[in-house]
Amino acid sequence: MAYWIASSPHNHLQSKTSALMRLVIYATIPGILTQWYFFGWGNIIHISLAIATALLTEFTVLSLREKKVSEQLFDGSAILTAVLLGISLPALAPWWISVIGSIFAIAIVKQLYGGIGLNPFNPAMAGYVMLLISFPVQMTSWQPPLELMSVPLDFINTLSVIFTNFTYDGYSVEQLRTHIDGHTMATPLDTVKTNLTLGLTITESMNNIVIGEYVGIGWQSLNLAFLIGGVFLLFKKAIPLVTPLSFLGSLFVCSFIAFLISPDSNASTLFHWFNGACMLGAFFILTDPVSGATSIKGRIIFGALAGFLVFIIRKFGGYPDAVAFAVLLCNMSAPLIDQYTRPRTYGHK
Amino acid sequence: MESVIERIDKGLFWKFHGGIHPPQMKFLTSDKPILQLPLPEKLVIPIQQHIGEAGEVIVNVGDDVVKGQPLTRSTLPISVPIHAPTSGKITAIENATIAHPSGLEELCIKLIPDGKDTWCERTICPEYQQLSKAEIIEKICNAGISGMGGAGFPTHIKVGTTAQINYLIINASECEPYITADDLLIKEHSSAILDGINILDHLLEPAFILIGIEDNKPEAIKALQNATQGIDKIKVCVLPTQYPVGGEKQLIMALTGTEVPSGVLPTSLGIVMQNIATCFAIADAVIHDTPLIKRVVTVSGQALEKPQNVWALLGTPVEFLLNECGYPQQEKKHIIMGGPMMGFSLPNNQVPIVKTTNCILAPSEAEIPNDNQEVECIRCGQCAEVCPSQLLPQELQWSAKAKDHQQLDTLNLFDCIECGACAYVCPSHIPLVHYYRVAKAEIRQQQLLDLKAEKAKVRFEARKLRLEREKLAREAKHKKAAEARKARMNSGTPEANNEKSAVAAALARVKAKKAQASAEPTNSANPSDDASSEKKSQVAAAIARAKAKKLAAKDNNSIAEKPPAEINPVIIDEKIEEKQTLDPAEAKKAKIAAAIEKAKAKKLTTEAKSSTSSEIKTETVTAPSPADAKKAKIAAAVAKAKAKKQQAEQKKEIQLSANEDITSSIKDEPIAEAVTDKKARIAAAVAKAKAKKQQTESK
Amino acid sequence: MSIIIAILVIGVIGLFFGALLGFASIKFKVEGDPLAEQLDALLPQTQCGQCGYPGCKPYAEAVANGEAINKCAPGGDDTIKKIADLMGVEVQPLDGNHETDNTPKVAFIIEEDCIGCTKCIQACPVDAIIGATKQMHTVIIDECTGCDLCVAPCPVDCIEMRPINQTTRNWQWDLNSIPVVQLDATSQEKEV
Repeated sequence: MAYWIASSPHNHLQSKTSALMRLVIYATIPGILTQWYFFGWGNIIHISLAIATALLTEFTVLSLREKKVSEQLFDGSAILTAVLLGISLPALAPWWISVIGSIFAIAIVKQLYGGIGLNPFNPAMAGYVMLLISFPVQMTSWQPPLELMSVPLDFINTLSVIFTNFTYDGYSVEQLRTHIDGHTMATPLDTVKTNLTLGLTITESMNNIVIGEYVGIGWQSLNLAFLIGGVFLLFKKAIPLVTPLSFLGSLFVCSFIAFLISPDSNASTLFHWFNGACMLGAFFILTDPVSGATSIKGRIIFGALAGFLVFIIRKFGGYPDAVAFAVLLCNMSAPLIDQYTRPRTYGHK
Repeated sequence: MESVIERIDKGLFWKFHGGIHPPQMKFLTSDKPILQLPLPEKLVIPIQQHIGEAGEVIVNVGDDVVKGQPLTRSTLPISVPIHAPTSGKITAIENATIAHPSGLEELCIKLIPDGKDTWCERTICPEYQQLSKAEIIEKICNAGISGMGGAGFPTHIKVGTTAQINYLIINASECEPYITADDLLIKEHSSAILDGINILDHLLEPAFILIGIEDNKPEAIKALQNATQGIDKIKVCVLPTQYPVGGEKQLIMALTGTEVPSGVLPTSLGIVMQNIATCFAIADAVIHDTPLIKRVVTVSGQALEKPQNVWALLGTPVEFLLNECGYPQQEKKHIIMGGPMMGFSLPNNQVPIVKTTNCILAPSEAEIPNDNQEVECIRCGQCAEVCPSQLLPQELQWSAKAKDHQQLDTLNLFDCIECGACAYVCPSHIPLVHYYRVAKAEIRQQQLLDLKAEKAKVRFEARKLRLEREKLAREAKHKKAAEARKARMNSGTPEANNEKSAVAAALARVKAKKAQASAEPTNSANPSDDASSEKKSQVAAAIARAKAKKLAAKDNNSIAEKPPAEINPVIIDEKIEEKQTLDPAEAKKAKIAAAIEKAKAKKLTTEAKSSTSSEIKTETVTAPSPADAKKAKIAAAVAKAKAKKQQAEQKKEIQLSANEDITSSIKDEPIAEAVTDKKARIAAAVAKAKAKKQQTESK
Repeated sequence: MSIIIAILVIGVIGLFFGALLGFASIKFKVEGDPLAEQLDALLPQTQCGQCGYPGCKPYAEAVANGEAINKCAPGGDDTIKKIADLMGVEVQPLDGNHETDNTPKVAFIIEEDCIGCTKCIQACPVDAIIGATKQMHTVIIDECTGCDLCVAPCPVDCIEMRPINQTTRNWQWDLNSIPVVQLDATSQEKEV
């Protein structure tokens, strides 16, 4: 006969951190499928590689730190980091990009700071930024949508490119990215930025082949898919509403003001919203609780700051997309935001 | 105030921050009437069941008491008595496990009911309006009523306020899951409750009386509405169900929109809150002259066969209630006193029901699983969203783990009401409230220690000053005396001359003695330190004198008593010598000789550590002499002192084996001789010394 | 000429500021040694002397002058941490010469053994023992700091250090230490 001694409260909401993580991973599925539909197998291969590497790294570090491996390995956080990293990588980047990226994300950004819950930066984004600065060529070789490519890219060919840099038939990544008319194709954001420096207006850029009918072939659908995933998470109450709302709102306000001032040199809000990693960032990256602000007020500031930074970096920065940089900068400011947005305790002035 | 009442009339209430909606589980017990139980076999009544000071026990073991008889009494203001819940015999007044999370034992009165349930004399008083307020308050106090909702604050203090009261709030919200005790009490005794509310009305004269009740008790609401029909002053406020609306500060916020500032009592805002069960007890006490000896307890949980509400006598062991409600025998038991959110687990089933116990919960394994594993906080912020005090639980948790008391204070840890909402929603299953409780206890302890340190410091400084002062005073006195002496000597009177010559003679004597002492061949005398050796030999002589006297007495009493066989030759010599020199004519010479011998022995023992056994044996020989109690005590003390000294010496050099030799011989001796009380004492002292020695040695 | 003017100007300025500094040093003089005071406030004030200094204040002054911070046994690791924070130095483990057990204790005099020698009274740094020559002594528990300085001088070893009893008021929410007991029917009978 034994009596169980525990501290109150005795009953508990049957939710778990791992379940939360799993839910977020499920919510990325529409996005991953859309990515597969428009850009082929590349990202799925990278996601798988990243997951494998991340789990291996997590296992190694947890064993070295003498933590409970069985509990923490499959709590979903490492897998989620790997999935987000895999999604963000250029589809045809070489295999070691995702391997190095996930090792860095898990070992350095997450575990060296104390493991889950203690990392000040979002591991996926920190890993992405590290790769972007270290391997700019590989990390900016974005693959155009399949429908624009002259060479058909099936699973075997993609695998071959990722592991050997060449397709079965000997086409290089550069050749794959080249349009029939001889131009190298870039992402819509990149195209607009390059065109602006070339003296073209936004309207002229919008005629570019990679942009297509609306704001970017493939990219617009991809962002829409992440938006759907995000709405699912909001519906499930897995993420707070305020962060994506204030992020998108802030991006909207910034881009709209810029667009009003000079429509020729500034892309529309819709272009900003549905290009690059905007929706992924809004619903999957910024809402990472560990590296974000905690109070509601803090989250509003956090999201707004991220939106503002995304616009500034996209407009004035040297890199085509800005979400990863904006997220890291916001992560840095999160403790400060928390410090100044503490709620007023009941009964205190 | 008008706008508040208008809002309430419209059914609008304020919202407090946070809150959760745990599964209610009230259906288990809400549809069954309150069960009357037979008398339990025994009652265990803790003498303190309220916040404040415990009373003084006024019954004795073996007393027969009648039902309602007070068992404690106190003259302190924040204290209420306890009463005998039934007639019977007091069998013990001793420590027993009390209804407290710590499971510690405190003073309890154990009562075996005689089964007659004889009441003490009571005077029914339906016309309470004719009593003065002070009389009613005294009745409430004497009935032992303290808050029955949870904290147990003595009610007579709360109702004795002289402040202008705007709202009397009756807390019937009962927001914790499972608990239906108040619900059932309202359903069955709404008129008595109304009497209680009227008494409170009479005492406090509030502008309005608000009864706060959650909307999950439709029958109770109806009963209250029927009972209060036609009384404009009383408003039955049906609040949306949300935990913890029953918290004092939360209910005040929800009903009146007023926030109680931190560290301020609601009374100063013109608000008094009473639990609805307390109202019932007040009516019983004032009108029926019945002290608080029983209460409604919800016995619930899916491990039980027949969960229901029962009338439980205070002091009933939990086991009795569980058995009445069909608690199966099972390997792993989890019994909670109170609700699942704020109750505490019990360490055994003998814990008694007290005034604040509203629920006994026996959940099944599936209901409240015990395998929750804490994982790292991911800063999801859900805890902050549900916190009714608008605290930041995750930050508090980090600071609590880091023992950062200053930061905890900045984050207002002490505004935490420990409702458990944060820990309830935490996806990482962190027992947040537990961390806060530990931190709170630590901070309180630290504050006590700081106070104590401050006091110690003051006392230390005061002592230093005192010693300094005494030293100065002593010096001044000596100086004064010396001056006076000098003055006298120099005055040239015959007395002074006499004194002078006396001093000179004394000096000469001392000198002569010194010369003699140094001339004599002794082992102990240190030529370079004449004065000290002089003193030493004098002391030794005194001891030898005492010894000789003792020996003489001993010889007279029992010559048969022989020294033990293995006694050291030095001591035997000494004794022989002492016996020989008993002749009074040669007394002085003998004394000196004894002193020398003694000194020799002493020196031997200090020099040759291996022969330390002699010392102890000396003691054992000398100690059991005359039967004089005082002498024996002194002897024992000396023995102890010697043992201690010896042990101090031995610490340094002596070998363990040598020790064992000594101790074994010590052990043998007292057994061999007639074991007297004094002897036992010496043995104890020696044993103690030995223990201490070995302990220090082993270190 | 200009050199002389320059020297004069600089000299005058130097004099002026020197005077200002001198004035400030007198006007805003800091009384006492604040660091030692602050350190003293952190120490537990048991006045036990285990650090090798006659009381807490002397040790605080010594620490301020560079003595090791890890000699306060009654304060334990918490006090060392606080001193380290104040001094801006590394936290060190408690000096190995001391016992690490710092559960709060108070002295207790076994009254039947006490011979009334007043030696413990003289040893007590906070005057927490009362009694007189040849009278039994006793400890004022509330004033006792648990320094155990009275234990050694006692010639008859009648002073013990006893841990302070745990009550519901000083309980630290240590759930693991709750004794879980099963009282079966037979033992209940005995109890009754």
